[in-house]
Amino acid sequence: MNADASAVHGGNRLSEACLAVERHWRELAGRRRLYTWGGVLVLVLAMSGSLWFANETNAGKFFERLPYFFGFIDQLTPRDPLEVWRAFWNLPSPHDDGSLKFNYPEGRVYLTETLYVPEYVYKMIETLNIALVSTLIGFGAGFVLCFVAAKNLTANRWLRFVVRRFMEVLRAFPEIVIAGFFLAVFSLGAVPAIIAVSIHTIGALGKMFFEVVENADMKPDEGLRAAGGNWIERVWFGTVPQVLPNFLSYGLLRFEINVRASTIIGAVGGGGIGETLRLSISRTHEAKTLAIVLLLFLTIVAVDQLSAYLRRRLVGNQAFEFGRGP
Amino acid sequence: MSAFSRTERDALMERHPEVFSKSRGSLISKAAIAASTAAYFAFAWWFFSIGSVFSEGRWDIAGAYLADWVSYESRPDIEFGEKHLEVNFPRFDPAGKDPDPEWLLKERAVVERTVTIVEQTVSGGGSRSSSNSLLGTIGGAAAPSGSSGGFAPSNTDPEVETLRQEEVVRVVADMSGAGTIEIMPGLVIVTRGGETMIADITLDEAVTVRGALPEWALQKAPGAKVIVKFGFSGRAEIEGDEVKVRHRFLGWENFLFDTNSAFWGKSANEVISLIVSGERIDPGRSNLAIAWDDILNNSEWQHYDVWLKLLQTIVMAFAGTLLATIVAFPLAFMAARNIMPNRFLNQVSKRTFDFLRSVDMLIWALFFTRAFGPGPLAGISAIFFTDTGTFGKLYSEALENIDDKQREGVRSVGASPSSVQRFGVVPQVLPVFLAQSLYFWESNTRSATIIGAVGAGGIGLKLWEAMRTNQDWENVAYMVVLILAVVFVFDNISSKLRQQLIAPKQPN
Repeated sequence: MNADASAVHGGNRLSEACLAVERHWRELAGRRRLYTWGGVLVLVLAMSGSLWFANETNAGKFFERLPYFFGFIDQLTPRDPLEVWRAFWNLPSPHDDGSLKFNYPEGRVYLTETLYVPEYVYKMIETLNIALVSTLIGFGAGFVLCFVAAKNLTANRWLRFVVRRFMEVLRAFPEIVIAGFFLAVFSLGAVPAIIAVSIHTIGALGKMFFEVVENADMKPDEGLRAAGGNWIERVWFGTVPQVLPNFLSYGLLRFEINVRASTIIGAVGGGGIGETLRLSISRTHEAKTLAIVLLLFLTIVAVDQLSAYLRRRLVGNQAFEFGRGP
Repeated sequence: MSAFSRTERDALMERHPEVFSKSRGSLISKAAIAASTAAYFAFAWWFFSIGSVFSEGRWDIAGAYLADWVSYESRPDIEFGEKHLEVNFPRFDPAGKDPDPEWLLKERAVVERTVTIVEQTVSGGGSRSSSNSLLGTIGGAAAPSGSSGGFAPSNTDPEVETLRQEEVVRVVADMSGAGTIEIMPGLVIVTRGGETMIADITLDEAVTVRGALPEWALQKAPGAKVIVKFGFSGRAEIEGDEVKVRHRFLGWENFLFDTNSAFWGKSANEVISLIVSGERIDPGRSNLAIAWDDILNNSEWQHYDVWLKLLQTIVMAFAGTLLATIVAFPLAFMAARNIMPNRFLNQVSKRTFDFLRSVDMLIWALFFTRAFGPGPLAGISAIFFTDTGTFGKLYSEALENIDDKQREGVRSVGASPSSVQRFGVVPQVLPVFLAQSLYFWESNTRSATIIGAVGAGGIGLKLWEAMRTNQDWENVAYMVVLILAVVFVFDNISSKLRQQLIAPKQPN
């Protein structure tokens, strides 16, 4: 770091200017190294502090619990691999002893006398519908709000400010609180989950939408303005056609996220597969748990693939920068 | 537009009809999209029976719960005696033990009453059988005496004791300007906005309102209890044996010191002077230490616990994301087709990422809560597992899209394979990697709140517990404010850092 010490190098005297360059380079390199190692040190300290704190405040300690962890996996192994299949399709089990654990056929949801939907498939459909309804609601509301929040379409800065902050609050407000509040009003069920996920979706999609709108080409808008179009006509004919593919792509991405979100909200009382899974895990019903996990896994993979395929058709590769939205 | 004449315009439209009228196909497909969306919503309405859920919703409670977010209630019950009143506050009233608030004016007078001490009988009201009678030094109330006879216990030899003491005989509750409730034995006078409602009380039996019921009062059946509403300021339930007054005040009560604290009920100046220069309350500790302790252990707001849980949530997001970044980094190199030529390894690591990502964070959280017990370890593990999958996928995609020229350049000078990665690849992707990790750190701070509610530690569980009781909505509001603040701060830090990483488009 000290430049003067190396004024003489290999016997060759360097010129003043050259020395200055060398000194500056050394300083720069030294500072860089300092920042790098300082940053790494801070991260290591923060990380070990965090882990220590987490371990300290956890109900069970990590190393104490670790042996039980594998015992817990044992607990989740069904007595017969076929049990998972039976639990999935609600087929009667040979191990049926009248307990909740093996009462698979009881969950059947009959459509007609003989035709039934397996319980978990039905619950999964419920969760998917929660996600779809909330995505549609969020898409609609976000669509309306985003044009008012975009700088290039709304000149009034106060209106823009209010709409943006409003969407920010909707986005950052913990979903769980909205769900909890409406669970208190409506009692258990899917409606609180729909409301909670929708509200979050409005904020999240609204933000992404107005960013798309701000990057839109303004030439069609100018054309319409020159022809005397009013604000709504300009937005509808000038901006919407160019942003719609991106909007749809973000909507699909949101749908993927909402499937996961509605599963989680379900686990705290919002109905659907999440609730079933939580109950099943806490009651140690191995076969049922595995059946649900399998179904959930397959559904999420299918939804992700479908949405990725549709998005690729809509906007090519540009919508894949991040795996999921904020 | 005005440049065309009408006939010219028509002629143009005739020549190019396809420009001016949309093709039938596009019209039909638009109509089909609109119709199917509407049909889907109708289906959802039926599927979730939204109509009946909404009509069965307890909307009246919703208003009270929402009001609870930013206000609190004082809830005295004024019990009717034959000639006197008894004012009872619940044990944990925000105004402390046995409070005497200014808004509840009590008028006392000396009253003589007989207390009948009864041996317990089967039929009687048992313990609450103090039937009184007495002389009227009290003004106003034309008490419908004797009508409480129906409640007289049917025992044989009552012991009668005569008490003569000062009792509350009139209570006036001032509902913050929204109205007043004047309560006397046998009579309640409620005033709101110029209207007055007078209700006669037949002790332990009936409430009779004189004249028509005003709009703000509600009585389901003649003689039944009357509910009077004062909007936000509160309400009162007038029953045959007592009046329940619920007076709402704006604000978070006892936010710093609870009613057990020595500092409770003092103004800010008093508290500061007590801390700075006051006599030591406890000779063993300084007043500042006591004050700090009292704040942290505030029984109503539980500041210490809330902050601890909030810190857990932050730690969960931070440690989970960082661990996932560290683990996913080398694995992504293994999954990238252009870096690791072994197709088998590519596929294995990519499918592993898909698995980790698609088994949802919720499932991981539930599993790890089972394994480690409730707490942040479960949350960290859940975030770590899910995000290792996500990062692995994103990182390997970024690696597969790198510019090959740098790599070839480094390789052409004879660098070792690890140097090729270090100097040919990493400088290109590191900013992207870090930006993605930061982005997820930010979003995980939010997710950590939710998975906390299923037992994975942090403020989520605390929030959930506070909501379950339906009584601590102000605590929910407090935690929400804290969460919003944390999310806001982290959003800004993360987006600043990301801009720094990505905006100065110079790799390295």
